[in-house]
Amino acid sequence: MSKKGDNKEKPEGDNSGRRDFLKFGFLAAGITAVGPLQKVFSEDKDSVTTDNAEKVKVLTTDGKLVEVDSSYLKDNSCCHVSNDEARNGIPGKKYVMVIDLSRCKNALKCQDACQEYHLLPEQNKWLKVFKMQDSPAASPYWMPKPCLHCDEPPCVKVCPVDATFKRTDGLVLIDNERCIGCRFCMAACPYSTRTFNFDEPQMPDNAKDMAYSLETSLPRKKGTVEKCDFCPDMLRQEKLPHCVTACPNGVYYFGDANEDSVTNGDETVRLSQLLKEKAGYRYLESLGTKPSVYYLPAVNRLFPFEAGLENYKEDTHNH
Amino acid sequence: MEELGRPNNEKEAIQMLHRYNMDLLPQKFGIAGKIWVMLLLLIIGVGLYYYIQQLRYGLSVTGLSDTVSWGIYISNFVFFVAVSLVGSLITAVLHLLNISWRAPLTRISEIIAVACIVFAGIIIIVDMGRPDRLLNMFIHGRIQSPIVWDVIVVMTYMTISLLLLYFPLLPGIAFCRDRLKNIPKWQHKMYIMLSFGWQNKPEQYNVVKKAVTIMSILIIPVALSIHTVTSWLFETTYRPGWDSTNFGAYFVAGAFMVGAAAVIAGMYILRRFYDRFDEYITDKHFDRMGRLLVLLSFIYLYFTVNEYFIPGYKMKGEEGEHLRALFTGHYAPMFWMVQIFGMIIPIIVLLFQRGRKPLPIFIMAVFVIIGAWFKRYLIVIPTMLHPFLPLEQVPESAKHYAPTFAEWSITGASLAGALLIITIFVRYFPIISIWELAEERAIPHETIYKHLNKSDEK
Repeated sequence: MSKKGDNKEKPEGDNSGRRDFLKFGFLAAGITAVGPLQKVFSEDKDSVTTDNAEKVKVLTTDGKLVEVDSSYLKDNSCCHVSNDEARNGIPGKKYVMVIDLSRCKNALKCQDACQEYHLLPEQNKWLKVFKMQDSPAASPYWMPKPCLHCDEPPCVKVCPVDATFKRTDGLVLIDNERCIGCRFCMAACPYSTRTFNFDEPQMPDNAKDMAYSLETSLPRKKGTVEKCDFCPDMLRQEKLPHCVTACPNGVYYFGDANEDSVTNGDETVRLSQLLKEKAGYRYLESLGTKPSVYYLPAVNRLFPFEAGLENYKEDTHNH
Repeated sequence: MEELGRPNNEKEAIQMLHRYNMDLLPQKFGIAGKIWVMLLLLIIGVGLYYYIQQLRYGLSVTGLSDTVSWGIYISNFVFFVAVSLVGSLITAVLHLLNISWRAPLTRISEIIAVACIVFAGIIIIVDMGRPDRLLNMFIHGRIQSPIVWDVIVVMTYMTISLLLLYFPLLPGIAFCRDRLKNIPKWQHKMYIMLSFGWQNKPEQYNVVKKAVTIMSILIIPVALSIHTVTSWLFETTYRPGWDSTNFGAYFVAGAFMVGAAAVIAGMYILRRFYDRFDEYITDKHFDRMGRLLVLLSFIYLYFTVNEYFIPGYKMKGEEGEHLRALFTGHYAPMFWMVQIFGMIIPIIVLLFQRGRKPLPIFIMAVFVIIGAWFKRYLIVIPTMLHPFLPLEQVPESAKHYAPTFAEWSITGASLAGALLIITIFVRYFPIISIWELAEERAIPHETIYKHLNKSDEK
């Protein structure tokens, strides 16, 4: 998973640069449960790259690493809510996602951003892009699949301890401090969405020490289930989830069903109109799970299917 | 029963009771018994070592993955629940139907039930990613979750089974307390404590009998529930192979079958290792149990046809893919072995009277038990490997499932643990209930009570 440019300048085995980068990556992502910025810096004495505390590295949405003045970083402690509050959802909202399959070329930028911001290892993928083919004669297409945040979530239904729950804003989240690791939700989810931390999750040290937040799902916890959370920490700040902003092709529309509007960052459209005009549908509608994620069929495509094959791997390697 | 006859007068009755004491009081283990216990302890020790590894390193010591997130711990759990159902079958059903040959078998089946339900509870905790948060089940428990239903019915069943084992055992414990000489002090103390001052009074027997009848009725719906609810853990999901309306009845039928087989195996082993047990567990018992097993196997066959072969006629979408993996694909060898050795051959052999002699029926029972274990493997694992979405972008290891040595050790330790409970029970308590046996053979109550009572010993 270490394929970022900054690592190339460093000798093998030195990952402090990466650690810093991750640290600021999630700082920028609004994880401020640790308290004031200053405190984060002061813990950083061993680092070679931040001896000048004014400059910090952050990841831009298109995956570039840039050094900026620390005063540019916004302190997001305003948007942090307690874990009890986080169970309720953001008032007045009903989040939906529309995935336009005609624009997807399996660029996997969404996945990269997701892995990066949620500090996920190679084998845990919250967002996958499947190579789909509905019948042998039909054309194959690429289908990104986050958690579908069902309105009738089978996972929530079976959870014995209310560790996974449905919020008023439509999000299905997991409390990793309550999860007992029975994995019933994984068996119940028809969309293979959930992943399990079979061992102690690999994270930068300071991520491990943070107070647990339901809205960032960090720090990740051993022996518990996790999954795509629609980045509620971003939604709190009225920003888009990372996969949406990372996509170079505008595949993902995200928005609020109550306002009937969704945006892919470039254009903002009426949800109802988009679904009507482009024949939107939900995956496995017949199961009755009522997903919050709609798909637009792969017609009049922006890219030929084959364009995505270069990124396609059937397997990932297990570390 | 005919082999021993009924007593014609009180003198004969007392002679019979004397013989029961000699034969049925718990005895010290010989060399074979000691080796057996050591072997079980060794297996448990290895399993404990690996469980500590699992606690330290998490479930990564298993072969589980995000695809196959339930493995042999869960299939083994289903196996334990299935076998434990037998306690209710033999004790309750035969009791309520007033079957005249049940007395020597009730306690064997009850201790199997108790040992298995205890280890069903233990193995489900072993499967948890966070056993340290077990109490969350009670603090945050949601009654909407089938797991909570399962916890409730399993604990209820465990309680009733324990009582159903314990109440009729009271005279037996008191008897050991009064008659066993040259035993260690702790053993004597244990009998004193557990016998609760039992005095062989007719009123006490009446209370026990009434309690047993009430619990025999109570345990039947609970027993049906434990395995039905266990099947619901699967049936409440959308997965091909589990999304079946047949599952509850199918699981219960399978449980009765493997449970009867477990009792037969227990009967055979006891008879083999205790010299005079063939006077109590007779060929006739094997014959009767064989008939019962063949009936239960036919019921199971009926459900198997409904569960696999009728959906197999349609071969509907994902369901069809799953069935193909069982019929002709990766799991075909195991699937057909289980059907043939775990069901078809036992049915054929047990249909014949010669097949219901102790040795052949014991072999068939072992086939059924092993088949039943792998049957549960086939219920859990192949389904997990056939999700709706393609198995893509997962590690190669998540496209298959092979239990690791750690998983086998821990599973083996749970089976050894259940066998150890049964073994220890046989070592310290009468495995055949003397007073129930005496009643069954029409020895008058007063004679039994008087005989069992310490004060009349001399």
